[in-house]
Amino acid sequence: MNTITLQKRNRRTMLWAFAAAAGMLGLGFAAVPLYRLFCQVAGFGGTTQVATEQEADLAAQMANSGGVRDISIRFDANTGMDMPWRFEPVNATDRIAIGQRDMAIYTARNTSTETITGTATFNVEPEQAGRYFNKIQCFCFTEQTLRPGQEVRMPVIYFVDPAMLDDPNMAGVQQITLSYTFHRAKQPS
Amino acid sequence: MATTTAEGFDAHHDDHAHDADHKPGFFARWFMSTNHKDIGTLYLIFSIIAGIVGGALSGGMRLELAEPGLQWLGMFVDMMGGDGTSFDQQGHMWNVMITAHGLIMVFFMVMPAMIGGFGNWFVPLMIGAPDMAFPRMNNISFWLTVAGFLSLCFSLFVPGGTGMGAGVGWTVYAPLSTSGSVGPAVDFAIFSLHLAGAGSILGATNFITTIFNMRAPGMTLHKMPLFVWSVLVTAFLLLLALPVLAAAITMLITDRNFGTTFFDPAGGGDPILYQHLFWFFGHPEVYIMILPGFGMISQIISTFSKKPVFGYLGMAYAMVAIGVVGFIVWAHHMYTVGLDVNTKMYFTAATMVIAVPTGIKIFSWIATMWGGSLEFKSPMVWAMGFIFLFTVGGVTGVVLANGGIDDNMHDTYYVVAHFHYVLSLGAVTSMFAGWYYWFPKMSGRMHSEFLAHVHFWIFFVGVNVIFFPMHFLGLQGMARRYPDYTPAFSYWNEVASIGYLIMAASLVVFFLNILYAFTVGKKAAANYWGEGATTLEWTLSSPPPFHQFETLPVIDDAKTAH
Repeated sequence: MNTITLQKRNRRTMLWAFAAAAGMLGLGFAAVPLYRLFCQVAGFGGTTQVATEQEADLAAQMANSGGVRDISIRFDANTGMDMPWRFEPVNATDRIAIGQRDMAIYTARNTSTETITGTATFNVEPEQAGRYFNKIQCFCFTEQTLRPGQEVRMPVIYFVDPAMLDDPNMAGVQQITLSYTFHRAKQPS
Repeated sequence: MATTTAEGFDAHHDDHAHDADHKPGFFARWFMSTNHKDIGTLYLIFSIIAGIVGGALSGGMRLELAEPGLQWLGMFVDMMGGDGTSFDQQGHMWNVMITAHGLIMVFFMVMPAMIGGFGNWFVPLMIGAPDMAFPRMNNISFWLTVAGFLSLCFSLFVPGGTGMGAGVGWTVYAPLSTSGSVGPAVDFAIFSLHLAGAGSILGATNFITTIFNMRAPGMTLHKMPLFVWSVLVTAFLLLLALPVLAAAITMLITDRNFGTTFFDPAGGGDPILYQHLFWFFGHPEVYIMILPGFGMISQIISTFSKKPVFGYLGMAYAMVAIGVVGFIVWAHHMYTVGLDVNTKMYFTAATMVIAVPTGIKIFSWIATMWGGSLEFKSPMVWAMGFIFLFTVGGVTGVVLANGGIDDNMHDTYYVVAHFHYVLSLGAVTSMFAGWYYWFPKMSGRMHSEFLAHVHFWIFFVGVNVIFFPMHFLGLQGMARRYPDYTPAFSYWNEVASIGYLIMAASLVVFFLNILYAFTVGKKAAANYWGEGATTLEWTLSSPPPFHQFETLPVIDDAKTAH
């Protein structure tokens, strides 16, 4: 083989290799939106679902039409380390029929002397319940701003999808814990 | 200088007689090197230095763990200029030590020795090529690795949150590595990974190009020695896995310094995503560290059994299979983050599948020895030690592959025992096997076979005394990553620390042997292992000429070279 063709072939192979590496680098960054999408669709890691009024009505009809069991919901509240808010649920637990819409109230009080904007992250435990836990309305959908000393009552309207009764992974689940953590608001990535 | 490139070689075809062994001056030869053998030598020297540093760190760790309570960390903190009475700084010092030990051993000891050292030295020789495809890029790869090592060393002397240095573990998990470690130390550690990663990607590209395009006439892919196959598969793993690490740690850098929230839930990110990205790199990385070892063991077992390797094609494609499947098992490192049961079932099954090609390799090595004319020279003894130790590590790997069992074992010393059996006993043993196999070829001087055997037996006893008791400790629930433990665990910890001393004594023998070779060692013949050594490097003198294969060798079908 003469040297010019070898050099050409070497360069071509090198470019293919670099292209593969660049492609993997791109995939690494593409993982960020893909992962978020995957969690939202699959309810992965306890990511809860967002439902419309119509979907809620449908679930309620399904619940009323057949004998469904009750389920216990536990409410949990946390704040980030640098978050001087007192944040807690009004009732620690509630018991509802699966499919029935319910409202829970959380209270938050700014105990500091400055105005703080907070944003709440959330998930449910056990994590396989994420895809059946639907929120119609939630304070976690928007940022909350509290003046010093101000206290607010914040509602969550939710229902548990009766489809969970058909999922063998949910068979032993008697209670779902809904957990919120308030952080100081940051610009999302 | 240009004479080392392929075209230079051809251009000199007519007048090479007086030029074949012409070497540049000291500085140009070692600091601006473009010769694959010199760069390989540099990598090996670098790897030995890094190994001493990483090994000394583990010595400090075994010292602290020899008995319950904190005895030595305060002194280490004082030595680094911190406040040795602060409990937090002592704990941080521990984190810094495990971080530095892990990163150094993975990126600056095993990878440079296996790929940069033996790969650079013997891939061109074994395929009958005059040099690597891109000799100058080869040089950049090496010096990027050195720069990465210096960046990591520098991180030890700048603030990293609770004390000096980066105390984040080799996995650099967020949020400990982001909001948990204020100060530039973690940035320097991440930069170190960027540099070493860039060097490895360039090196991988070089190996792929060399192996695909520069094989001697007649050397088809299916006639390549298995060591070359192992480096080819490793290069592909590097090329596809390292950019993902680069992406993940770049996101860490921006989360740390530029206010992004890729891994911060307060801004809509998720720290679990970092773990997915890290282990998508991290799992192929463990095969990157062991595959070249597989290749060397195949050459050695075949040489000293005086038989071709049993099931050559199966051996080659077993490595390909390990490489491919290695990319789809990453979440078995993350069983406890809250994966659902179906995901765990998938990763358990996929992980266990890897035991099949690995088993093919183990059984083929045994089948190669079966009925062979065995000769227990030192490389063979090391290779057989490798097979035993790697199999022990592989068996505990199959145990840990089970999602249900791992819930209990996760982050215990059982895991520490497992990955040290496959790496610090498996990979390192294969490196010593390769060292004794090729050291006279590289240096031109014979080592002492007696000392090599002594080295093996002390090392073999030492590492087993260190790591076998860790299985017991892990099963009893001793958690990893802590400098202290309940006194109930003290017996086996003391035994393990004694094992460290035994292992360290074996390294004295190793260095004595090098000294022996360079002082009174006999000159090595071209093929000092005799008829069993059939690959192309044995057709050259020891050491090989500065420029080899001025006339390309032609591979004869009648006597295949593997």
